[in-house]
Amino acid sequence: MTVESKPLSSHAPAQLSYSHAFMLVLKRDLTIAMRHKDDILNPLLFFVIVITLFPLGIGPEAETLSRIAPGIIWVAALLATLLSLDRLFKSDHLDGSLEQMLLSPHPIFVLVLAKIFAHWLITGLPLILIAPLLAVLLHLDDNSYTALFLTLLLGTPVLSLLGAVGVALTVGIKKGGVLLSLLVLPLYIPVLIFATSAIDTASLGLPYSGQLAIIAALFFASLTLAPFAVGAALKVSTN
Amino acid sequence: MWKFLHPYANPEVTYHFTNKLLPWLSALAALFLSIGLVWALLFAPADYQQGDSFRIFYVHVPAASLSMGIYVSMAIAAFCSMVWQFKLADASAAAMAPVGAAFTAIALITGAAWGKPMWGTWWIWDARLTSELILLFLYLGVIALHNAFEDKNLAGKAAGILTLVGVVNIPIIKYSVEWWNTLHQGSTVSKIGKPSMSIDMLWPFIFCFIGFSFLVAVIISLRFRNEILARNSIRPWVRALVAKHSS
Repeated sequence: MTVESKPLSSHAPAQLSYSHAFMLVLKRDLTIAMRHKDDILNPLLFFVIVITLFPLGIGPEAETLSRIAPGIIWVAALLATLLSLDRLFKSDHLDGSLEQMLLSPHPIFVLVLAKIFAHWLITGLPLILIAPLLAVLLHLDDNSYTALFLTLLLGTPVLSLLGAVGVALTVGIKKGGVLLSLLVLPLYIPVLIFATSAIDTASLGLPYSGQLAIIAALFFASLTLAPFAVGAALKVSTN
Repeated sequence: MWKFLHPYANPEVTYHFTNKLLPWLSALAALFLSIGLVWALLFAPADYQQGDSFRIFYVHVPAASLSMGIYVSMAIAAFCSMVWQFKLADASAAAMAPVGAAFTAIALITGAAWGKPMWGTWWIWDARLTSELILLFLYLGVIALHNAFEDKNLAGKAAGILTLVGVVNIPIIKYSVEWWNTLHQGSTVSKIGKPSMSIDMLWPFIFCFIGFSFLVAVIISLRFRNEILARNSIRPWVRALVAKHSS
């Protein structure tokens, strides 16, 4: 008689390791995103359109454009990320699955990190992939492509992480959209400064590892601290 | 050790304590500000390079350092409210935010007025100016978030989280813009022991600085008192207070 070997009741909490819980949330968010492809395409389209507006507004001179290209690409990346942040928690909050997540026995840190990672895969990664194409349109200096790629690779996760704090704070508010940009954009300023400065330095052919190191430091600091803030903010927002 | 603080968790006790504190703070603020401002604006010697326009320094520097000081106190209050769940700490942070925003704005405006004759421009994208502007944005974000919630308790918690995220960001912003670009003159006051300004310019500054600090304390206490009353408006002691005043 080996009754003990079977689970005694279905109410006993399933034993999930942290990595398993992380992968489940990640897979779920990616599946949802794949079924609403607009969510992936629209911020990307916005990114492209904003960047095409600048040559039209400023004039097509190659020198001017290549001078301001890093700033334009990065500001457009900030705005595109901002636009896409809303879907990070909004629909989950509306259908109640966010509260279920908070009630689950797994640490919020892991679940939140999985959601943010999914958000970055959906919005940050496409930005990185399409950025070189737009850089060609803006006559970015040939030396700067590696710097552009590296700053985007290290910087866009910071945007997702810090943005998640803002979304978590405003998810319970009816008209949180404008408020979200007011909260998040000041926090994005250091990334913008160091990223554009790295690309500018690279275009002069100088080493830019200092700026990259600082962006990496920002990345690790927000990676370790932001999920805690997000967790606390979600608890406030779901009351 | 901290036991003497325990009674002040009660809003009523804190309200009466603030009431008792207010006349003292107001008297000190009036005393120091009247001495300091008159001395600074009329009797302190003019700067040999900047002439009389340097006198805006006596308003600009206290406003600028208080704008940062208030943010740090707000962050401390937010931290206390988060860790020990003091509701009054939220009320004090809510009382401080608009005052801090106002002083940041004063620092920016007086700085612009000083920059025009000295640098020949109202605004420049310099490290200090930019980080002060970002500080203003952070204040406005905290205030906006606070106003967005109906429930004052939730509002306090949410604004507290944002304040703490902001305080982590402040040194980052400060250094990022400092390495990025700079024109603003270095500190003249804080070199302890050997200040790089003459002593008859320094004394009026000290008076002004203390006076402005007391002024901030007075305004915050007034707002704090109102916050306590607004948040406890259904409590019997507040009703008794109102009845006493209206009769």
